[in-house]
Amino acid sequence: MVIKSGTIQFKENPSIASTGVVVGPMEKKSTFAESFDVILPLENEKGQTYEQANTHFIEKACKESLRKGHEKLENVDVFIGGDLVNQLSPTNFAARQLAIPFLGVFSACASSVESVILGSLLLESGNATSVLAGASSHHPSVERQFRYPLEYGTQRAGTSQWTVTAAGFALLQKHAKNAPIITHATIGRVIDGGQKNPLFMGAAMAPAARDTIERHLANTNSRMADFDVIMTGDLGKIGLSILKEMFQDENSGVILQDAGAQFYGEDKFFKAGASGAGCSAAVFFSHVFNQLKSGVYKRVLLVATGALLSPLTFQQGETIPCIAHAIECRMEKRG
Amino acid sequence: MISSLVVSFIVGGLICVIGQILIDVFKLTPAHTLCALVVSGSILDGFGLYEPLIDFAGAGATVPITSFGNSLTHGALAEAEKHGLIGVVTGMFEVTSSGISSAILFGIIGAFIFQKRKTTY
Amino acid sequence: MDQKQFEKIVDNQTPKTPLFMNMLKAFLVGGIICTIGQLITFFYIRFFPFTEKTAGNPTVATLVFIAMILTGTGLYKKIAQIGGAGSAVPVTGFGNAVISASLEHKTEGYVLGVGGNMFKLAGSVIVFGVLSAFIVALIKTILVKMGVVSW
Repeated sequence: MVIKSGTIQFKENPSIASTGVVVGPMEKKSTFAESFDVILPLENEKGQTYEQANTHFIEKACKESLRKGHEKLENVDVFIGGDLVNQLSPTNFAARQLAIPFLGVFSACASSVESVILGSLLLESGNATSVLAGASSHHPSVERQFRYPLEYGTQRAGTSQWTVTAAGFALLQKHAKNAPIITHATIGRVIDGGQKNPLFMGAAMAPAARDTIERHLANTNSRMADFDVIMTGDLGKIGLSILKEMFQDENSGVILQDAGAQFYGEDKFFKAGASGAGCSAAVFFSHVFNQLKSGVYKRVLLVATGALLSPLTFQQGETIPCIAHAIECRMEKRG
Repeated sequence: MISSLVVSFIVGGLICVIGQILIDVFKLTPAHTLCALVVSGSILDGFGLYEPLIDFAGAGATVPITSFGNSLTHGALAEAEKHGLIGVVTGMFEVTSSGISSAILFGIIGAFIFQKRKTTY
Repeated sequence: MDQKQFEKIVDNQTPKTPLFMNMLKAFLVGGIICTIGQLITFFYIRFFPFTEKTAGNPTVATLVFIAMILTGTGLYKKIAQIGGAGSAVPVTGFGNAVISASLEHKTEGYVLGVGGNMFKLAGSVIVFGVLSAFIVALIKTILVKMGVVSW
C-alpha cells in the first residue's frame, strides 16, 4: 500500500524468516565477526577467478539461509540479488546454479535493501510465498573493476573505504514465526551532491541517505527518537559524521549509525571504514537481525546507500549520483 | 663514493617530493602526476639542463620517471642533429629501450611465475 | 539544504591530508630507491664494461626486475602505502604499474588479458613522454636550423 511517492506500508507482515551471511578472511577482523555464519579462509580457491569466487559466496549464503530457515530451495519462488561487478555476473552465475526464478537488481551498495523491498512487494501482493533476497560484494573483483590492480602501489586516502568480501541473503516469508517483520519501505531517489571524488564515497552518498530518511520519517509521521537505531549501509566514518551534521537533530548522535563505520572497528588499516553491497547485507542480516530477534532492538530503519558511478563516468568527469533505499523492521511479540 | 650516494638520495628524494605535492596539493591522479613529471624531464632536456643533473646526481636523476622524458628527447635530438628533422621521430627510442623492454619482459615473466595470491594483504 | 551549505559540511568533516608527513615519507622512500639505484650503477661500472653514461640502462632494467619481485610477492604495495610518490615516481613505480596490471589479468588469458591490459596504468606515461619529446625536439631542431640556438 502506497503512503506517498516511494514510501510503502506493508500490511501482510512480510518477514525475515532467516538469514545467511558468508564472508571472506579479511572480515575475520570485523567487530561483527561473531554474528557471521561462515568465514571462508580464502578469497578465492585455487583455480577460481575472483568473479567465480564471488558466485560461490552467494550460493553459500543462500544455502545457509535456507538451512537456518528449514526451507528447501525448490519451495522458494523467487531469487532476487545484486552485486557490484559488471552485468551482475556473479549473481547471474549463482542464479544459474540455484535454477529458480531470478530477478537481478543493481543499485550499487544499496542493492541489498532494493532486493528486500522487491521481495516484500511480491509477498505483500500474494505473488510469492518464499523469496531469497540479498546482495554481495567481493573485494578483489571490485578493486580491479573500479580502482586499480590489487598489487598496484598506491597510497590510500584517509577518506577511502574498504570493499568487503561478503554475501548476505535473507529468506523472506509472510507471517513467519518469531521473525522481524518489514512494516514499511521507502524507495530512494537519485540524489547528486556534486561530489566527484570516487575515493570519498561517504560525502557523495550522504545527501541520498538524508533524503530517504527524511522522506520516510515524514511519510510515516515518525521522528528519529521513535527508532532504536537508524543504520545506513556504508557511509563510513566520515560520511556518517557528514550525515549527522546535515541532520542537526539532537537524537542523531546515538540513533544514527552506519554499518560501514563500525564494520572493522578502529583499525586504521581500513581508513574510513567498510563499503560494498555486501557490507550492508552482512551487517543487516547478521548483527541487526540478531538484535531484533532477541528483542534488543524493537524498531529499526535500515538504509542501504549506493553510489551510482562507473569507472567510465569518473574518467568522463561526471559527478557521483547516489541512491538510498530503506526498510523499516519491527519485532513484535507474537504467539 | 659516499658523497655520490648522498647526492643521489637527496635529488631523487626531492623529485619524489614534487610528485607528492602534485598528488596531495594539486589533487592530480598518480597517472597525471607521472605524465607531468615525464613532460618536465623532456622540457628540461630541451633546455640542456637534464644531462648536467645526471652528471651531478647520478641515479638520483636517472631513476625517477623524469629521466624517461629526458632520454626520449635526448634520443630525438641526437638523431635530428645527424639526420635533420626526420630524426625527431626516428631517434626517440634509441636510448630509452631499457625501461620499456624490461617492464614488458618482466611483466609477462611475472605473470608466468607468480600465482594470484589467495589472501592478498 | 543548498549546495553551498553541504560543501561546507563536507569540508568540515574531511580529514586534513598530512602533507608534511607525506612529503617526508616520499622523500625518504624515493631517496632510498635512488640510492639503491646508485649502488647498482657502481656495481655495473666496477664489474662490467659500463661507463657512467651507459650504466643507466642496466640499472633501470635491474630496478624493474626488483619491482617485479616485490610486486609479485605483494610487498610493493606495502611500501607504496608508506612512500606514496616516493614509490610511484622512480622507475620501479612504472615497473609496478605494468607488472601489477599483468598479474591481475591472468584470468583473461595471456593474449587478451595480460598482453591487452599490461599498459592500462602506465600507457599514458609512454604516450605523453613520446609526445612531449617530439614537440620539444621539433621546436629545438627548428630553432637550431634558424640559427637562434645551437645544439
